[in-house]
Amino acid sequence: MATDSGRDWFGSEKTTGYAKGRAFELGCLAATVFGIFMVFVLLLYVVVDAFALTTPEYGPWLDGDFLTSAHSRFPEKAGIYPALVGSVMMLIVIALSAFPIGVGTAIYLEEYASDNPIATLIEINIGNLAGVPSVVYGLLGLALFIRFVGLGTGTVVVGGFTVGLLILPIIIISAQEAIRSVPDSMRTASYGMGATRWQTVWRVVLPEALPGILTGTILALGRAIGETAPLIMIGAAATVFSPPSSFFDRFSAMPRQIYAWVSFPKYEFQYGVMAAGVVTLLTVLLLMNATAILIRNRYQRQ
Amino acid sequence: MSRESTHVDLTGDAVSRSAKERGVWLLLLTCAALSVFVTFGIIGTLLFDAIDFFTEVSPVAFFTGTDWSPAIKPYSFGVLPLVTNTLLVTVLSALIALPLGVASAIYLSEYASDRVRSVLKPGLEVLAGIPTVVYGYFGLVYITPALDVVLPVSTFNALSASIVVGIMIIPMVSSISEDAMSSVPDSLREAGYGLGATKFEVSTGVVVPAAASGIVSSFVLALSRAIGETMAVVVAAGQSPTMITASNVDTVLFNSIQTMTSAMIELGVSDLSGGTTAYKALFAIGLTLFSITFVMNLISTLVARRFQEEYQ
Repeated sequence: MATDSGRDWFGSEKTTGYAKGRAFELGCLAATVFGIFMVFVLLLYVVVDAFALTTPEYGPWLDGDFLTSAHSRFPEKAGIYPALVGSVMMLIVIALSAFPIGVGTAIYLEEYASDNPIATLIEINIGNLAGVPSVVYGLLGLALFIRFVGLGTGTVVVGGFTVGLLILPIIIISAQEAIRSVPDSMRTASYGMGATRWQTVWRVVLPEALPGILTGTILALGRAIGETAPLIMIGAAATVFSPPSSFFDRFSAMPRQIYAWVSFPKYEFQYGVMAAGVVTLLTVLLLMNATAILIRNRYQRQ
Repeated sequence: MSRESTHVDLTGDAVSRSAKERGVWLLLLTCAALSVFVTFGIIGTLLFDAIDFFTEVSPVAFFTGTDWSPAIKPYSFGVLPLVTNTLLVTVLSALIALPLGVASAIYLSEYASDRVRSVLKPGLEVLAGIPTVVYGYFGLVYITPALDVVLPVSTFNALSASIVVGIMIIPMVSSISEDAMSSVPDSLREAGYGLGATKFEVSTGVVVPAAASGIVSSFVLALSRAIGETMAVVVAAGQSPTMITASNVDTVLFNSIQTMTSAMIELGVSDLSGGTTAYKALFAIGLTLFSITFVMNLISTLVARRFQEEYQ
């Protein structure tokens, strides 16, 4: 390329070179915007369909009735309530199981075992776990929790534990970053006061790292709420007509219910009920991510 | 821990303190060990049933068979249709995601102003955050009807599934490639400019080659993600395993196919009882899928590590 410009320093090559560079820049910009634009348009379509903005005779699909009633084979009566409750109950199980284990692992790796070979091994392992397809975690849940431990097929606890294992690497990695960002001077000050290692971690490092840990965990829970494949493998119900009565009851979750609706080919289901389900799922996801960002922004300023 | 064994004890009972410290350490170590246990759990459970499966169906019949029919007699457990269908989706989605992802990375790393970056980067993150079943829905109800205007596509088809999978993995390519390009030292760029190169020449002739291993690492990871992608493919591409041969290679992408992951979902939905051959087949495909993605993730990590050594 240097030889190109060597021939003609100030002539026409300069202008064609400029045009080429400009075209390249615009091409790269177009590539960046392409995916964002496509998804933006698709989101617009699904919102329009969920509220039946172009077909007002159907009325809005996503309304109070949709959020408070169960599935029905009549599209105008179908709702997502039991699956919504199921998703929230599953998130509670995940938060209670994966959060403490994930944070515990991060504390161990950052505060107790940094730079020893075992920690390196565990970290490589966590990196690999993050890349295992979600459907494989479903098989693990099926074999481990249902067949080996004997928990009930498709129950909330099994769903929560299985998806909890799936997002464990994400929680660990984000908690590690939060803990790493606590300045060492605070630890040394604590040791200087005669605190033990655990007192330092519990009273100094963790309170300081908590906003970062919470942000990462909420984002990970957002990933969990959209997971479908593992729930299918552990036998979560396609459709339930009442919310689970306990954590040991069989349940359905929002994405599982949306997938169940794929087999209803009627127009009202495809462009009405499913659109409403998708918008409900995305709204919950949006609220969770917004919370995470709020926490991050509030504590970043201090 | 020597500070606890000093003679002057300022902070209380040193013995109970150190016992508590050891207890906490053990508890945290158990948490960390759990992640290793998960890996062994995955490998163990997959192997357990897969080995059982291979005593009933020979590995040769499984890996070279061209007919997949686990539920309808005559039963047949040839995995090749599923593997070729997975490859089809992976290649088509890579054709979308790899060039777009690298171009995005070049734009974000070399051209974009801070202001533009602060809009585009979260925009790309949104693509990665949308649940895959939603992508499948988009493919089924919006992209397929749009394609139907100009192409002979059926209700479920490989093309629309590949398009949504491609869009979904763009952020993976762009974010890792951008990290690699951003960590190319400025001195290399300045050397390029000093030789009279334009920004275009510096970007494509200096930065991209210097970040090559990071870019390759992002490609491998994105391909691995496409191979393991499940719900988008299940919803948009349907569940018809199709052996790809010379005679149907031109039409297969317009029709319904079935990837490995999709076959697992079909078996999972059918409420299998443990012990049947079909149930064990689930784990045999799972093991195949896990092995492929595991090796690819490992390659990606190794390539990325090599790259880190170069500039740090």
